[in-house]
Amino acid sequence: MPTASPLFEGADWTLSSLDKIHEAVTHVGVDELGLELYRNRIEIITSEQMLDAYASIGLPHMYSHWSFGKRFAQQEMLYRKGVVGLALEMIVNSDPSVCYLMEENSASAQATVLAHAAMGHNHFFRNNRVFREWTDAKAILDYAQFARDYVARCEERFGPDEVERTLDAAHALQDQGVDRTAWHRRHSVAHERERIAARRRHERESESEFWRAVSSSPKAEGEPVDVDRQAEVRSLALPEENILYFIEKHSPGLKDWQRELVRIVRSLSAYFEPQRQTKMMNEGCACWCHFTIMHRLREKGLLTEGAMLEFLHLHSQVVAQPDYDDQRFSSINPYALGFAMTRDIERICTEPTDEDREWFPDIAGNGLPLETLKRAWSDFRDESFVRQFLSPRVMRQFHLFRLDDDPADDHYRVGAIHDDRGYRRVRSALADEYDPGETRPRIEVTDADLRGSRQLRLEHRVRAGRTLDALEARRTLRHAARLWGYPVVLKEIDEHDDSVLATYSETAS
Amino acid sequence: MDSIIDRRHNPKGRSLGNRQRFVRRARSHIRRAVKENLRDRPVTDSESGENVSIPADDVHEPGFVQDTRAGEHRRVLPRNREFHEGDRIPRPSGGGGGGGSEGSEEGEGEDNFTFVLTREEFLDIFFEDLALPDMVKQRIAAETAPVPRRAGFTKDGPPNRMNLVRTMHNSMARRVALGRPGMGALNALEYELERLRNGEIQPADGQSAERRIAEIEETLERYARRRKQVPYIDPIDLRYNHFETVQRPIAQAVMFCLMDVSASMDEDMKDLAKRFFMLLHLFLKRQYERVEVVFIRHTQHAEEVDEENFFHGRQTGGTVVSSAFAETLRIVEERYPIDDWNLYLAQASDGDDAPSDIKRCTDLLTEKVLPICQYVAYVEIARDPGGRRSLPAQSELWDAYEPLTAEHHHFATRRIQRPSDIYPVFRDLFRKDSVTQ
Repeated sequence: MPTASPLFEGADWTLSSLDKIHEAVTHVGVDELGLELYRNRIEIITSEQMLDAYASIGLPHMYSHWSFGKRFAQQEMLYRKGVVGLALEMIVNSDPSVCYLMEENSASAQATVLAHAAMGHNHFFRNNRVFREWTDAKAILDYAQFARDYVARCEERFGPDEVERTLDAAHALQDQGVDRTAWHRRHSVAHERERIAARRRHERESESEFWRAVSSSPKAEGEPVDVDRQAEVRSLALPEENILYFIEKHSPGLKDWQRELVRIVRSLSAYFEPQRQTKMMNEGCACWCHFTIMHRLREKGLLTEGAMLEFLHLHSQVVAQPDYDDQRFSSINPYALGFAMTRDIERICTEPTDEDREWFPDIAGNGLPLETLKRAWSDFRDESFVRQFLSPRVMRQFHLFRLDDDPADDHYRVGAIHDDRGYRRVRSALADEYDPGETRPRIEVTDADLRGSRQLRLEHRVRAGRTLDALEARRTLRHAARLWGYPVVLKEIDEHDDSVLATYSETAS
Repeated sequence: MDSIIDRRHNPKGRSLGNRQRFVRRARSHIRRAVKENLRDRPVTDSESGENVSIPADDVHEPGFVQDTRAGEHRRVLPRNREFHEGDRIPRPSGGGGGGGSEGSEEGEGEDNFTFVLTREEFLDIFFEDLALPDMVKQRIAAETAPVPRRAGFTKDGPPNRMNLVRTMHNSMARRVALGRPGMGALNALEYELERLRNGEIQPADGQSAERRIAEIEETLERYARRRKQVPYIDPIDLRYNHFETVQRPIAQAVMFCLMDVSASMDEDMKDLAKRFFMLLHLFLKRQYERVEVVFIRHTQHAEEVDEENFFHGRQTGGTVVSSAFAETLRIVEERYPIDDWNLYLAQASDGDDAPSDIKRCTDLLTEKVLPICQYVAYVEIARDPGGRRSLPAQSELWDAYEPLTAEHHHFATRRIQRPSDIYPVFRDLFRKDSVTQ
């Protein structure tokens, strides 16, 4: 029942009407939906500034590097030719959270974008476990500024070319700069030496004369164990999946400032990793928020009919899913799937069908849609979210099917479709697609001879014959060798039979 | 509390530094692309930025990625319409990836990277290795002298710029508004006072003279106070003439392209001439805010034509080179007053001229053309030596022109045989003056 007068009329907005819009949106978001937010810092920017923000991958400060210039040149060309439009907003995962709004947006779009980013994304950043564990929202703005200044100082002292070479090399490995599967504690050499000594002491003390007499093992009397060497190897904590970390800590060829540069690249890579792992959920959360908040504002009479129609048009564009054989198709639209799944969870909680009761016995009909969603937003990432919550109904809605490509077969094969037999297989395959452990090559440091040849050995455990692109591998390895300073060898080893599929080796140039 | 900040007035172009780094890195490729690009451009089109497509090699960012063609892949796709489980779909020929467009073809022949160079970046690279002759620099600097222009009034300034009319205007308005007694009123009272004291007059309203005197004295005192409080000229009245220095837009040049289109010039030779004109145009364009181009072609008589006709029109006939000079002079007279325009003239010809005309040419050149021009270049297009015959001895026209270059610093002659000559010759033309100076 409309009771209040609309927040705005027409498409134009002013700073004061934007203030009112923001207040109304926040009221619904925080007071009615109970979203927990970082403080928002909303900044109005022009399209050129948005292009700038694109180029520095969203952070307000970024160090200088030609690759950002390349990104800028490309974006600019696409934008000027009208191939792509610019995003209406951009938000930085920081505390306070920086939210850029484009000045070209109409008033209705500004309201949508505020509900989307300043409410939805903000809540997600603050509450999702992956973000909480991997990123430090309070520190990132300062860190980015530090990184920018540090790189600038290095350029002054050591010359831009030197700095560029190091950054190029570190960038090549930035996907390998993340602790993806496990966060394990690393020990120092001293710590390891102590641990080994303690264990040997314990062995000696618990050894009884009796057992020695029974089994006089020759090993016990053998050559003396080099405790230092053992401690050193153990302290390397091999195998190590975070190649950049390993290089930063152990590379024999890096100068201190270069180590710091590698660290900067690694830190920023880790900072962005959660965004990659939760893209679909994050957008789903944001879309659900803008959808719910805008409807709520309309119910309260704060939006005119025109504004609402404009919003619906915008919304339907955002969550459109092109067909697999459509020219525009590149992958499943994370906005579309995220939004559909979020709405679906809401529905399962309130109006479950028999099918839902069978598939989701723990949440079906629990009457707590908001609590259920918040729990999902905080505890899951894309992969586990799909595995847990993708319902047959959404699979039917999207007509999902699985296509298998086996190089031994000259045909593609449809592995499963959206029917009773296929639901679980489709769901599992889609979850795998969102799993970085599954889709990205698993490359680890397996050995580093720090005393002898100083060779660094990497291993790629090849799943299902998916070997590396040879040219790219060679080029990347060249960069790794540049950072390591000594020869680097990469072996591709089949996961199942341990056969070596390919070997690359590069020496530092 | 949340805050909304308007950042629109913050400086843009934060990415400029990164962009320059990128351009520097890709420089060798860009340079090649720019020179390639030159061939297809019309002479007068140096306005636009450049779409430059460069091999992605130098600006490629490698990483460990999986080969999209190797191994088993499973993909979940939306919007199934007709498939059932177990259906087999023929692989698209060419062995590309699944339904999507992912995966670029690998190998050294990677996708090109296309982006737009701004005009500035384009020209920087284009004239990168080209030194500006000092002579041209000086002359050009003189063309854009800073000129002071009235730009309203300011409240502050040097005394010699004070605008009296404005200042007094303000002063008077203020004095009237604040009721400052004028000298006239003061004098009248004093005069009355004096006469009262001398007993020459009596107050008209019948009051006693003493009271009137006291009244006037009090008024005078009040007037004196008021005059002290409200100064005749207050600092807030002051106005000064304000001048801004502006570059007077007189930095304009006109470039005359003269070409012999008689039968002896074939397409290749015209193409050489075109490229030369184009370079000159670009070069001038960088120096002047406005550059106009006049195309004059000639056989036995000359006419002004548009660019299209200039390069592609077909016309045959004899050759009278002097007709082109005459036409030039006529156009200058008509449209380009020499006080306002920098004149540049480039003549391209194969050197064939009617023997009787050569004397007329040199006379026109030395007496009429050279004195009004900033720079005159004569480029003789020689036939491709790889072709039918070896280079003939210099033409008669060349022989006639050659001696003139010694007397006139801003006249130069060069010969071009093949496209690769153009750059060196162009550089040479502009270098010559700096050497002789």
